[in-house]
Amino acid sequence: MNTSLIVFWKELRENLRDRRTLANALLVGPLIGPIMFVMIINLSLNREFSKAEAPLEIPVIGAEHAPNLVAALEQMGLVPQPPVADPIRTVQEQDADAVLRIPAGFAEAWEKGEPAQVEIFYDSSQRDAHTPVNRVRTMIEQYSRQRGMMRLIARGLSPSLVQAVTLDARDQSTPQSRAGLIFGMLPYFFVLTIFIGGMYLAIDLTAGERERQSLEPLFANPVARWRILLGKLGAICAFSLASLIICIVAFAFAGQFLPADKLGMNFDLGLRFGVLALLLMLPLVVMLAALQTLVAAFAKSYREAQTYLSILMFVPALPAVALSVVPVKVQTWMYAVPLLAQQVGLSEALRGARVGAPEVALCLASGFALALVVTVVTALVYRSERLAISA
Amino acid sequence: MIEVKNLSKAFDKGKVKAVDGVSFTARDGEITGLLGPNGAGKTTTLRMLYTLMNPDHGQVLVDGIDATVDPLAVRRRLGVLPDARGLYKRLTAGENIDYFARLHGIPATQLKTRREALVDALEMREILDRRTEGFSQGQRVKTAIARALVHDPRNVILDEPTNGLDVMATRGLRAFMRKLRDEGRCVLFSSHIMQEVAMLCDRIVVIAAGRVVADESPDALRRQTGEANLEDAFVRIIGSAEGLAA
Repeated sequence: MNTSLIVFWKELRENLRDRRTLANALLVGPLIGPIMFVMIINLSLNREFSKAEAPLEIPVIGAEHAPNLVAALEQMGLVPQPPVADPIRTVQEQDADAVLRIPAGFAEAWEKGEPAQVEIFYDSSQRDAHTPVNRVRTMIEQYSRQRGMMRLIARGLSPSLVQAVTLDARDQSTPQSRAGLIFGMLPYFFVLTIFIGGMYLAIDLTAGERERQSLEPLFANPVARWRILLGKLGAICAFSLASLIICIVAFAFAGQFLPADKLGMNFDLGLRFGVLALLLMLPLVVMLAALQTLVAAFAKSYREAQTYLSILMFVPALPAVALSVVPVKVQTWMYAVPLLAQQVGLSEALRGARVGAPEVALCLASGFALALVVTVVTALVYRSERLAISA
Repeated sequence: MIEVKNLSKAFDKGKVKAVDGVSFTARDGEITGLLGPNGAGKTTTLRMLYTLMNPDHGQVLVDGIDATVDPLAVRRRLGVLPDARGLYKRLTAGENIDYFARLHGIPATQLKTRREALVDALEMREILDRRTEGFSQGQRVKTAIARALVHDPRNVILDEPTNGLDVMATRGLRAFMRKLRDEGRCVLFSSHIMQEVAMLCDRIVVIAAGRVVADESPDALRRQTGEANLEDAFVRIIGSAEGLAA
């Protein structure tokens, strides 16, 4: 039997007996992403929707100055609350999302036909305030427009005179493309899963073996070190691949729990997407296994390797963050950059766009090329004398 | 047979000379003891023998094969109990042995007879199917020796094999080493315990500060130094009693 296979099976068997490794690779790693995802999306959506539909409860100061306005607002869904003494403090301390104040001069200005002033107090640094403030603003603008038109009509003028330009917004986003915006972080969750799935094994099989002093006897066997490395990499890949598959299945399942109807969006997290995700992620499985082993080989101890790898874990997040901050048009060359390729490809697929065979091929070719380079570098490090010496 | 010729190894970019021109020969059918105080360069010398480290100068020949030319062939002819003797805790003693046997490419049928012979010789039948986690020092050494010798090597290298063993386990191990010698193997072991070396060895190579300071039979060593007591003989040869246990 090929010696790499012997190493592979031994590592697999040994680590399948380790509960902590199993729990990390097959439970925590793959499931934390989908669960977090569903929770975050549901939470934020439900908040937005409840704010948009619920009666708008806002303290109104000086309601007696403009009974008609207040009555109109009430019809549009505003529920005036008793006035507060200090509107600035009220919004700063988040006792109310916004406070409406109608000054004493309102009626006088109204009678003269001058713009009558209404004040709204809010704190724009409070995310919660955006929806209610916008709703109040829309209500008042609507009331203002209605009254203005009636005044024009009363003077025998057409209301369209004051509307020099009309703007019709025609949103070309599809339900999928709006979902894509929300799901920008999803590819990173896949990368994270591969990373966590293989991490404990990668540390254990190099830094751990050295620390437990079993690497030196292993290297005394008549087997080239690169063959041993290949077996170990295989075992790491097996674990991270299992982790990835569980994660993809979990996401497909989690998709059912997202309030798709509320969003008016479709997301296809089904079979087609799953297969594409698996395919695009394959090179990363190999590359990350080699990279983690490389880092673990440099570390002096298990603990040190753990520290390095925890830092390294955030590197794959960079493309996702960069793309969400600076949205760029997807171009073919991006598929030649590992990590970016997966990010771009999966985002496109989520948006409902087709990812063509040339793009997939480019992504796989560049990914596996980099994986090969990292593997060769790791093999070179594995040859060093220092690697095997425990004490 | 293991031949070592003018072996040198330095660490820290040449600043620390761990092994400095060591030469000796360990013959078949003999037990050769590498004796020296802690830090004398015994482990580094042995590591170069089993090709874990490359010498800066000098040559290692195992059964006539140059270790730098064909390290894999050399390792095939060696059974090694290194200074580091970690076992795989989640595997049983038997699985630990089988793993190394497979890495040596031993066919399944041969593996079984060979393992049985070692299990009997080392009296480790009752621990064979237990996971090695929680093994005593003696049980661990037995398992490590069994997996090191499962491919039936002509040459056996043991780095401080009795370290940490109790009296009974040490006696058992000594008997096992004599058995290996009587089978015609070349047995090379290191120790800093002179009584052990004196009791077991056909030939003693004394190393101090990376150099060979004596290479004799125990009797010749006593004659050479003029000391009737072996302990005094060693102290005289090494120049100080530092690091030598009685």
